[in-house]
Amino acid sequence: MSATTIDHSPSHAAGEHGHHDNYLVAKKGISSWIWTVDHKRLGIMYLAAVILFFIVGGLAAIAVRTELMNPTKDIMDADAYNRMFTLHGAVMVFLVIIPSIPASLGNFVLPLMLGAKDVAFPKLNLASFWVYVLGAAFFIATLVTGGVDTGWTFYTPYSIKTSSSATIALLGAFILGFSSIFTGINFLVTIHKMRAPGLTWDRLPLFVWALYATALMQVLATPVLAITLGLLVLERTIHIGIFDPVYGGDPVLFQHFFWFYSHPAVYIMIVPGFGMISELITVHSRKGIFGYKPIAISSVAIAFIGFLVWGHHLFVSSQSALAGSIFSFLTFAVAVPTAIKVFSWIATLYKGSIQYTTPMVYALSFLFLFSIGGLTGLFLGSLSVDVHLTDTYFVIAHFHYVMMGGTIIAFIGGVHHWWHKFTGKNYNEKIGVIAAIIIFVGFNVTFFTQFIFGSQGMPRRYWSYLEQYHTGHMISTYGSYLLAVGLFLALFNLLASLRNKGVAPERWRGVSLEWETATPPIEHNFESIPVVTAGPYDFPEVRAARTGNGH
Amino acid sequence: MKTPLLADGSAATFWLPEAASTFAADHDYLYYLIFWISTFFFVVMMGAMAYFMVKYRRRKQGEATSDIHGNTKLEIAWSVLPTLILGVFFVLGFRGFIDTLTPPANTLNINVTAQQWAWSFTYPNGGNDSILVVPVGKPVKLTMSSVDVLHSFFVPAFRAKRDVVPGRYTVLWFQSDKLGEYDVLCTEYCGTSHSLMMSKVKVVSQEEYDAHLKGLTGCQDGQSLAECGGVAFKRNGCNSCHSVDGSKLVGPSLKGVYGTEQPIVGGPAVIADEQYIRESVMNPMAKIVAGYPAAMPAYAGRINEEQMGALVEYIRSIK
Repeated sequence: MSATTIDHSPSHAAGEHGHHDNYLVAKKGISSWIWTVDHKRLGIMYLAAVILFFIVGGLAAIAVRTELMNPTKDIMDADAYNRMFTLHGAVMVFLVIIPSIPASLGNFVLPLMLGAKDVAFPKLNLASFWVYVLGAAFFIATLVTGGVDTGWTFYTPYSIKTSSSATIALLGAFILGFSSIFTGINFLVTIHKMRAPGLTWDRLPLFVWALYATALMQVLATPVLAITLGLLVLERTIHIGIFDPVYGGDPVLFQHFFWFYSHPAVYIMIVPGFGMISELITVHSRKGIFGYKPIAISSVAIAFIGFLVWGHHLFVSSQSALAGSIFSFLTFAVAVPTAIKVFSWIATLYKGSIQYTTPMVYALSFLFLFSIGGLTGLFLGSLSVDVHLTDTYFVIAHFHYVMMGGTIIAFIGGVHHWWHKFTGKNYNEKIGVIAAIIIFVGFNVTFFTQFIFGSQGMPRRYWSYLEQYHTGHMISTYGSYLLAVGLFLALFNLLASLRNKGVAPERWRGVSLEWETATPPIEHNFESIPVVTAGPYDFPEVRAARTGNGH
Repeated sequence: MKTPLLADGSAATFWLPEAASTFAADHDYLYYLIFWISTFFFVVMMGAMAYFMVKYRRRKQGEATSDIHGNTKLEIAWSVLPTLILGVFFVLGFRGFIDTLTPPANTLNINVTAQQWAWSFTYPNGGNDSILVVPVGKPVKLTMSSVDVLHSFFVPAFRAKRDVVPGRYTVLWFQSDKLGEYDVLCTEYCGTSHSLMMSKVKVVSQEEYDAHLKGLTGCQDGQSLAECGGVAFKRNGCNSCHSVDGSKLVGPSLKGVYGTEQPIVGGPAVIADEQYIRESVMNPMAKIVAGYPAAMPAYAGRINEEQMGALVEYIRSIK
């Protein structure tokens, strides 16, 4: 029995008879990829681009960690180091994490999950990809024009004064914003208008709910970033005097504008990870989600409150005490729905049938790492404690536990989860699990140490440092090498599977709509419009328990 | 006011550095409260996860699981309990924060000027220094401003931090009851030598403080003019960008520079004589030595003629 029924009535199937090629071979030639409006091909192109930039940003991270092995100069001077950490941060945020789950996995899977032929605006989807490539080209251009040394946050007035290629990078981020907005609009309309018959809001996979909340934030917050970066470009070029105190501007205003986007952007980055984890935990433990509605609604609640907490980046910036207190209060308010999600995921495991597949190991790894990321946020949300910890390695460790331990781990888990759907190939499970464990260990060695020497007072963005932080930095650097080994092993394992012949058997037995279509899917996704009659996690094992004939 | 720390302060712990201000006890209490409550919940959560991972591991494919959709009582409990605990964190953090923002009336006032990449402290008698010297057991209020970009004044041992912003004053106050020497770090990224923008705060007895203050203005008896200039060179942070041993920092090294010809951006070369050295200190943008960034702030109005003369003599003496 399946959770869905495919409607084979002649009216739906008219003209659809016969064999259809899968999306990878349905059209041939390079130009059939460059101009494709197929959401699946665009998802794959995004995936390739995200992985490529993850390698670029990752190598920059390794260079940064290597420089920090010893207190004084190891491999590069201070100016090169400042450009390197900026490159790492900007590439990882704008080119990797923001598009990672929504634009690559989401693009591929969303219409399949909805039982739709494509997204609502396929050409806008194509435009979104090429706008992303254009924005990325601006980022890469800065590498040959001397690099950018402002940090990914572009704080004024340093970003106004620096002679580095900041203008080019700002234009790049400005352009990338439009790619993000296009994808957001597309997903919102698709989710509202293109659900298959019977696919009511309470039957949507939680991944779809997460993409919905993300798309809302992308559409509402990204324009503010565009305006802010646009003003900064004008400040740099024609000195309009809005951020530069020399011309009567206010440098702290920039921080408000910047975080008004970039805090929601934190949720743009993590909420898709939440959705991903809901899929991984249910499918690989053969259980319905514990608390579907609280999880679905809390994504939207987090998206909403996430707009009101930007000032917690500014507790020591000279923001007023009243504003700081309100932002601290709201920050704790956003922690509650997040905690509820984690509790619900753990409770989902109860009485499940847990399979230690590669995606599941990533999901469990996520629960461990994200819990630490979330709990350490409580230190930073508390005003007096934040005064000591802000702008130290404690903050670096905290957001890596959330952004990498959360989003990137969920992303890698998702790639493994749907790899067979994308390619029709199965990777080696043993190597997959080993890589996931190496990543988990390497990650903790790298970043947990940073909580310790961060609390001891080690500031961020330091090229050299005091001797008392040496041991911590050394351990962290060795950890980063282990982490890199695990990540490359995972990548090689996936790529090696592409050499297998034919279509391998499907292993996960999911019941949401993306599992109902052929693998790899045909160009138009479904031979006929599916009709949904049950929830997204109504596995045979759950139905067996309901009817009492499981054994 | 909160109970002050014991006069001898407290030593560094595994997580936190040495504590040497009156705020530190409150801060460290809340830090460790959050730490232990978080650790407790983390162990409970991961314990439950590990237990489920073992107990409910798959034994055979297709085995029945369970048709559970939620549990209202449990869900209310795990929504309300964290809310209450977070409320406590908020209140304690808020109270500690307000204390750090509310200086008492009888503070000793010191001005702080931040620039790329040095700290300068101006004392009530007009004296300047590149390190902060304060009397023990006295509340000190720093009124801070920046001449260029954002900086942030951070003393880990005091659990005190405040951004220093161009175009406005920010205020930070503290009281240390513990004699000693503590690190001052810049914690807002400010360019090339951000990580070298460090200083010290020395907590000394009232007598030592008074003596230090006297020594800051003008040259001392028995000091040569060049020695006096050497002291001014360090106090004004010149050494953070200019070496005296020939090594290249952000600005040109001053070793043997006196009397030599210097290439100038967009103009004829000049001889580094007394007049040029004075101009380069007071108005450095007038002539930029080729090959170096136009990064130096102007010192006009910040050092007096006596110090200027001593500096020139000092630079003449570096051979």
